[in-house]
Amino acid sequence: MSSATVPPNSEQRPEKVSLPNAFARTIRRLLDPAVLFGLLVVTGILGVIEWLVASDIVSRAVVALPSDAIAGLFSREFRGQILSASQLTFSLVAAALAAEVIVAVPVGYFLYRKPAFGSAYEGWLASLFAAPVFLLYPLFMVIFGRNNFTLIFMGFVSGVIPIIIHARVAFMTVPETLINVGRSFHLSQATIFWKIILPSSVPTIFAGIRLGLVYTLINIIAVEFLVDAGGLGRMVSDRYFRFDIAGTYTAICAVALISIAFTLIINRLEKMVR
Amino acid sequence: MTRNVSTHWRLSQVTWIKLVTIAILLAAWQAIAVSGLLYEGIVPQPLLVAKALWFELIDPSLYVDLGYTLLESVIGFFFGSSLAIVTGIWLGSSSFSRRAFEPYILALASMPKVIFLPILFLVFGLGIESKIAKAAMSAFFPTVLSTVAAVLQIDRVLINVGHSFDLRPTQMARMIYIPAISRPLMIGLQLSMAMSIIGVLSAEIAYANVGLGARMIHYSDQFNISSMYAVMVIIFAVTSTINYAFSKAQTPFLRYERVRGEATGGSLANAAAPGKSAVPG
Repeated sequence: MSSATVPPNSEQRPEKVSLPNAFARTIRRLLDPAVLFGLLVVTGILGVIEWLVASDIVSRAVVALPSDAIAGLFSREFRGQILSASQLTFSLVAAALAAEVIVAVPVGYFLYRKPAFGSAYEGWLASLFAAPVFLLYPLFMVIFGRNNFTLIFMGFVSGVIPIIIHARVAFMTVPETLINVGRSFHLSQATIFWKIILPSSVPTIFAGIRLGLVYTLINIIAVEFLVDAGGLGRMVSDRYFRFDIAGTYTAICAVALISIAFTLIINRLEKMVR
Repeated sequence: MTRNVSTHWRLSQVTWIKLVTIAILLAAWQAIAVSGLLYEGIVPQPLLVAKALWFELIDPSLYVDLGYTLLESVIGFFFGSSLAIVTGIWLGSSSFSRRAFEPYILALASMPKVIFLPILFLVFGLGIESKIAKAAMSAFFPTVLSTVAAVLQIDRVLINVGHSFDLRPTQMARMIYIPAISRPLMIGLQLSMAMSIIGVLSAEIAYANVGLGARMIHYSDQFNISSMYAVMVIIFAVTSTINYAFSKAQTPFLRYERVRGEATGGSLANAAAPGKSAVPG
């Protein structure tokens, strides 16, 4: 069969996702009657709130006009603030995440290599995962002061546990056959780790990193809000303490939109890694 | 016989590792406390914390704070999870509603709920109402996600069998839907309860006169670090106990599910536990 009649890699073509295809799919999804209905209901709820506040049935000292809160997102002053606050929060998250991965993956590997330690600590790790670790922030405030180190550390303690748990499970679930193949080629333990164990565990470790990232972001924003320091969380608390109601609602909308965008990006990245 | 010996050896090894780790942690704590590496009082000696814990436990005002925190958490959990179960069943059983509203619920679930505290304080005031509302908000999202996933994983065969026997909607709910969703729902409720307590504590830390969160932050502001640690220990003990109680409450559902799993070729037993994947906040 000549290459003229059958183009190379023709069977792989449908798997490629081009930009126009993705755009068309998004448009198709948006035109779904259910999605349109959902949008209509949400817009309707915002419209009712707008009417209640505008007609003073609900006090403006309690609820801001949705139109004011949304318009605030596009003001020049707010755009500058949100940019710098996002930069600060995301650099804190990145620093915490880097520390989490550096610590958690070797710890996860140790717990896999030493099953007795893995069995001894797995219950403790699970308990720590469910525990309200953000309560430790007054302690770190006293140790590090009211600065970025406290925020990074608070992000770290909340995000490192899920990554350790996932890393251990990831190493444990590497097929024994693959490791035996490596041994049959007389590969060293280090080569087996780098060439076989680590690549096979990446998808599960990444699931842990995704979870750790979400925990880190949530905890850093929460502590920023509670101690009135840092970026996005402080933006909300700062406006609230100044009793700038519309500004508070705008800041909450901004943090919500950033968190949603961040989660969507992470989910997409995880799918790509898998 | 050999396997029994090996298992026994492994168990005792695990116990020893736990005991030695606790001893090392306590020794390290004591060493840091007396070393003077950190400011005096930041890391108090374990004995001082134990003493502070004892004084906390014999202080009647602790139980008032504990009562407030538990009351706010339980009421919030009840309202939040009840609404979530109804919403979850509705979304799970209607594809149209799910496509319409699930994206908003998923988006809200992935957000740090603590940023909504200003709105809750403005709307519900600074009393226990805002803490109850925060607990309800924290409980809602894990439960609704678990319920939707639980309804979606119900074996179609079971539903078809119910229809073929002409079961009434109440009978369908009692004999098929509720037993089928109970186990994943319990996992979601366990997570929701933990989230409710965390939500209440964060609201109490932000602004409150009563409750364990307010008590802890009060000690922190006074630089009474031993008592702050003691309150933390109490909070961790309370959350662990509630978590354990929920785990124990799942046992009958697990047994029931195992029986059903065997009867249905394991389809239910192999069903994913959706509550575990719920995003916290």
